Amino acid sequence: MAEPLIYELSSPGRVGVTLPDPDVPSARLPDGFLRQDLPLPELAEVDVVRHFVRLSQLNYGVDVGLYPLGSCTMKYNPKINEDACRLPGFAFTHPLQDPDTAQGNLSLMYHVQEWLKEIGGFAGVSLQPAAGAHGEMTGILIIRAYHQDRGDIKRTKILIPDSAHGTNPASTAMVGLQVVELPSDKRGNVDLDALRAACDETVAGLMLTNPNTLGLFEEHVQEVIQQIHRCGGLVYGDGANMNALLGIVRPGDLGFDLLHYNLHKTFSTPHGGGGPGSGPVGVSEKLVDYLPGPIVAMTDQGTEEEPPAFGLVIPAKSIGRVKAFHGHFGMLVRAYTYMRMQGKSGLRAVSDHAVLNANYLRARLREAYHIPHDRICMHEFVAMGQWEEAPGVHALDIAKRLMDYGFHPPTNYFPLIVREALMIEPTETESKRTLDAFADALLKIAQEARTDPEILKTAPHVTPVGRLDEVRAAKQLVLCCRPAELGEPAS
Amino acid sequence: MAYLPHTDDDRRAMLAAIGVKRIEDLYEAVPKAVRFPELDLPDPVSEMEIMDELQALSESNLETKHFACFLGAGAYNHFIPSVVDHILRRNEFYTAYTPYQPEISQGTLQSVFEYQSLICNLTGMDVSNASHYDGATSLAEAVIMALSHHRNKRTRIVLSPGIHPHYRQVVRTYCQGAGLDIVGDESLSAEVSKLVSLVDDNTALVAVQYPDFLGRIEDFTKLCAASHERGALTCVVANPISLGMLKPPADFGADVVVGDGQPLGIPLSYGGPYLGFFATREAYVRKIAGRIVGETLDTRGNRGYVLTLTPREQHIRREKATSNICTNQGLMALAAAVYLSIMGKAGLRKVAELCYHKAHYAAEKIGSLKGFRLWSKGPFFHEFAVACPKSVSEINEALLDYDILGGYDLGQDYRELEDHMLIAVTEVNTKEEMDDLAEALQEVTRG
Amino acid sequence: MEFPNDLRYTKTDEWIRVEGNQATLGITDFAQSQLSDIVFVEVRPAAGEKLAKGDAFAAVESVKAASDVYTPVSGKVAQTNEALSEKPETVNSDPYGAAWMLRLELARPEETAELMDAAAYQAYCQERSH
Repeated sequence: MAEPLIYELSSPGRVGVTLPDPDVPSARLPDGFLRQDLPLPELAEVDVVRHFVRLSQLNYGVDVGLYPLGSCTMKYNPKINEDACRLPGFAFTHPLQDPDTAQGNLSLMYHVQEWLKEIGGFAGVSLQPAAGAHGEMTGILIIRAYHQDRGDIKRTKILIPDSAHGTNPASTAMVGLQVVELPSDKRGNVDLDALRAACDETVAGLMLTNPNTLGLFEEHVQEVIQQIHRCGGLVYGDGANMNALLGIVRPGDLGFDLLHYNLHKTFSTPHGGGGPGSGPVGVSEKLVDYLPGPIVAMTDQGTEEEPPAFGLVIPAKSIGRVKAFHGHFGMLVRAYTYMRMQGKSGLRAVSDHAVLNANYLRARLREAYHIPHDRICMHEFVAMGQWEEAPGVHALDIAKRLMDYGFHPPTNYFPLIVREALMIEPTETESKRTLDAFADALLKIAQEARTDPEILKTAPHVTPVGRLDEVRAAKQLVLCCRPAELGEPAS
Repeated sequence: MAYLPHTDDDRRAMLAAIGVKRIEDLYEAVPKAVRFPELDLPDPVSEMEIMDELQALSESNLETKHFACFLGAGAYNHFIPSVVDHILRRNEFYTAYTPYQPEISQGTLQSVFEYQSLICNLTGMDVSNASHYDGATSLAEAVIMALSHHRNKRTRIVLSPGIHPHYRQVVRTYCQGAGLDIVGDESLSAEVSKLVSLVDDNTALVAVQYPDFLGRIEDFTKLCAASHERGALTCVVANPISLGMLKPPADFGADVVVGDGQPLGIPLSYGGPYLGFFATREAYVRKIAGRIVGETLDTRGNRGYVLTLTPREQHIRREKATSNICTNQGLMALAAAVYLSIMGKAGLRKVAELCYHKAHYAAEKIGSLKGFRLWSKGPFFHEFAVACPKSVSEINEALLDYDILGGYDLGQDYRELEDHMLIAVTEVNTKEEMDDLAEALQEVTRG
Repeated sequence: MEFPNDLRYTKTDEWIRVEGNQATLGITDFAQSQLSDIVFVEVRPAAGEKLAKGDAFAAVESVKAASDVYTPVSGKVAQTNEALSEKPETVNSDPYGAAWMLRLELARPEETAELMDAAAYQAYCQERSH
């Protein structure tokens, strides 16, 4: 049964909220500026609550079951984080209130900066970018500014492996630099010969995801980085796959000049159905002056009696603001809580178990599913969703059939360099029991592909809706509901 | 170890299945010299202990539950109905991913469709996307859209000085190196007509704010008409609460309406996460950035919702995408949808009117204090600037003793407005609070 | 898969029919099969506009991909196929006939000599299908 739209549940005269009457005299309303009609729905509170509760019941979330989306790190979102960010002393502070009145917030942000620096091996961090892609754009802007500042204006290219996430080339294009794609070699690493051929003094930098989107630690990562440095470029790290590296290796120690972190992946802040995220950027010593500001600095070391004091500063050669105010403070509180509870040993255990879980699933599936790069992986791996014996069955069908088994499918059709890709990342918060159930489901589906392919091609069968007509959605654009049009059937 | 379900038996069995002896053996590919660094981080704490620490941190801030807040400047202290947070706390909403598998994401997809509808109906536009990070980045995306619409052949952007200073800074950050001519906001002029004279055949976009950063309401009909005559697109940065009573920007001739949805049920939270909304006319639907949800049917003939027009986005179009945006502000869009649904037609109008009348009461009282003067005579919504007899920072420091968070120091952004305070009033400010503010202002500036 | 012999082809999957000084352009059967269900076609230039060799003159979108369409020759636009915006699916059903996109007057007819014939293009498609 479909849930009606909020507008369809509306009834004239219903009121959801009571508000006090004005306690001041009425002022004259501005002539010529008043709107006549306000086309918003009218519902009582109980109807609003039921509507959104019923909608939530149509959703699958990490709190419902395994969500093995490669490169998304759908780990368990600790409930204490949700309580932490809602503390009134955090939630009811205004970004522009005097820093002297927000020392708790600034202290929290300062520690998040420091811990991210330590984890990544960087000299400076800005917490301002709102998401990973935002951090990428920030990083490319910093690279550009660095070269411009040195008078090196012919560096217009960014090298990007063909396995990279789409945001990498998109971010580069937004900054106005040219994307040069690098092929991967047979083992899934950046092709060193192609890299050498591409390196010259027009290269501003390289964007590298490590481990890469195949879940593999780049086997020549230091050589790759040195090659770029030799030709005068900088190396940007896409930190989406940081969940494999906590306490294992610091990107800064490998030679990365900058990196963005995804707090909504590695650091447990929830995905929210599409955000909000948070994408802080870490940089090496020579780039700290270019960070977007303001960032938090310790303005007074403090004494035994007095705590240290914190303030907001703009780095000397800052590329400028990348968003209003300071960053996604609500997500920083959650990340702070997580990092504090994990501590040094906990973060190492996170990566250890993320890598253990991924390799275990790989071991369980490798007989039934072709894994193009079948060697020890990091926190994720890519399998092919296709068999010669089951022509006509695609990765999409496997994904849809998994829903009938109660699992969210893995990432489909990415990375682009593996056909019919299924990118699987279990994360560390899944038990062996869950992993076994997931592997069992995938093995059954592999069987079904041979004995009963139709059941895959018409899947899912038990979900609130069946496969949706995306062609229709793109051709007959219905992108919003107008109250005046209600009464017209959807078909 | 927090949140790890593994037992020693599990680990043993798993390592055996993989074919290695120890977990460390899984990291052979990592260069030995830099492997397993000693991180200088604190030891772990339990959930019981962390709460004490967080409580103490949060209590070393001043917050708006215990202080009367008259600070706005782009982030507002509004009443949030309790229903909003209860819905945001539904696990199926906040622990869900981006709805790429629509069959098990109808909750997210339909609520975003409803959010898009509510924004369209509030702003008078034809189509809205599923959100941007905030109002500032929405404006930057509007600039990018306008440049693309003109195939990068036009290079002038006209920005009103009345647009939030942070928003204009973000536009400049996004456009650095693009060789653009960004004009209009060099000084604060009183008339929108001055902007008209800057619009030429090389102008891609003209942007204004409504109400503007200084609280003023202006009619942009002439400006939009003049811009259209020259082929430029028009963008209005709007306050969504004000649209509860004011004419929607569509009526002026806006092509794009952007802004921040923080006032729609999202707490101040020291600056984020907030909500960038972006709405435009049907003609530009293929040019806009960000996710869009559309309505369709499933194989059983039922109505359902999917992400649509996805080839514009980064995961398909890569460097040719309309933007790089991937994660946006999904849960905040849900907050706004719940807020607008529960406020409804009557509620939002009432909130807007309460803000309006209370702000005008405060303006009258403060404007007639000795040494204070209202800066603008024109119509305003819920914010207004006053000239003060002392520096704003001195006044605000003194106001803390009265448990009042004073307004914004406009001298930081407008050299013409040294010693001017921007005061915001919302529906939560009582008459008593405003009377106390007036009294306090008089006392701290005496002599 | 069709590869009509009277046409010439580009590496970016456009076809061109040359009749005297006039050329007609569209996208190939191979291209439409890669894109699958096409939902949107926009042919941008107006009649009278001049195009240079290599200019993108149209955009084609399906549910899973979007593509620009490029002209391999320079010339002046004589006509565009307005019917395609109403019925984009024609590109799938009749890519060489009813789904022609643009007709132009060639500025430099010698540019067509560099293009592939049907046999060469078919081989090129087979290479890529691996």
